[in-house]
Amino acid sequence: MSAVIFFIAAIGAIAGAIGVIVLQNPFYSVLALVGHLISLAALFLLLRAEFVAAAQVVVYAGAVMVLYIFVVSYVGTDATPVGQSPGRAATLGAFACGAALVIELFIAVLGSGLQAIGTDGAPYKTGFGTPEAIGRLLLTRFLAPFEIASYLLLVAAIGAVTLARRRRGLDEGIEGDPPRISVMDLLRPRPLGTGTMAEAGGRVEVGEP
Amino acid sequence: MTIGWYLAVSALIFAIGAGGVLVRRNPLVVLLCLELMLNAANLALIGFSRMWGNGDGQVFALIVMVVAACEVTVGLGLIVAMHRRRLPIDVDEMRELQG
Repeated sequence: MSAVIFFIAAIGAIAGAIGVIVLQNPFYSVLALVGHLISLAALFLLLRAEFVAAAQVVVYAGAVMVLYIFVVSYVGTDATPVGQSPGRAATLGAFACGAALVIELFIAVLGSGLQAIGTDGAPYKTGFGTPEAIGRLLLTRFLAPFEIASYLLLVAAIGAVTLARRRRGLDEGIEGDPPRISVMDLLRPRPLGTGTMAEAGGRVEVGEP
Repeated sequence: MTIGWYLAVSALIFAIGAGGVLVRRNPLVVLLCLELMLNAANLALIGFSRMWGNGDGQVFALIVMVVAACEVTVGLGLIVAMHRRRLPIDVDEMRELQG
């Protein structure tokens, strides 16, 4: 039974991965990645990593992919390349690189002297992979990576806001003065066309107040 | 199924992701291919965690997911900034570091 589930999930994961790189529309690529992630969560479940599988579905296939969908629909799906196409030779070269990589990985992993690769793994202990076990590890042995990961998330969030912020949202102050924000700004009527997605995309310039 | 099968699937997904990074030119799809490669590494980590019967690999898979989320936020912020400056959404056209 587990072999059947393994092959279904593995074929789903690989088909999703191929779909990501083959489909031309980025929107469909994101959808293929969602299918890939859900198949991968099934594989995680077979490996008795219940908490990681749940986190994969909720965080990855749920939250991160929604972010992708937003950006794809914001940028537009017709983002066709502008320069000349890299040509068939480059595609074949990339395919050859991928094939060489997979052969190398097969030799490195399956040809290694690890005896346990041919087994089903260590005997199952109760509680392996449950949220309790993972939480205990995160707060005892791996406390430092856990804290560093949370700082990394903070830095990434601030960096993303800085990168993508609206540059011309405020009125320019008097020559050389930085724009000032006061509470009264909330009460002023906003100029036509501001505060919309069209302005954020740079299609509407903020008019003089 | 033995652990070797999982590692084989992981190697295949990693190679597919690496090929996608080389072939595709839309930065959104390049980011998706990076996700593929990180997920392949996650699968290998969890396979090894099962092989040794301790949870360290699963903890590191979670940390890799955090790093992937950071990469996604910064990468998508860059793409939004590119779009806002009306630069072409094409990694081959992004050759200069100056704004």
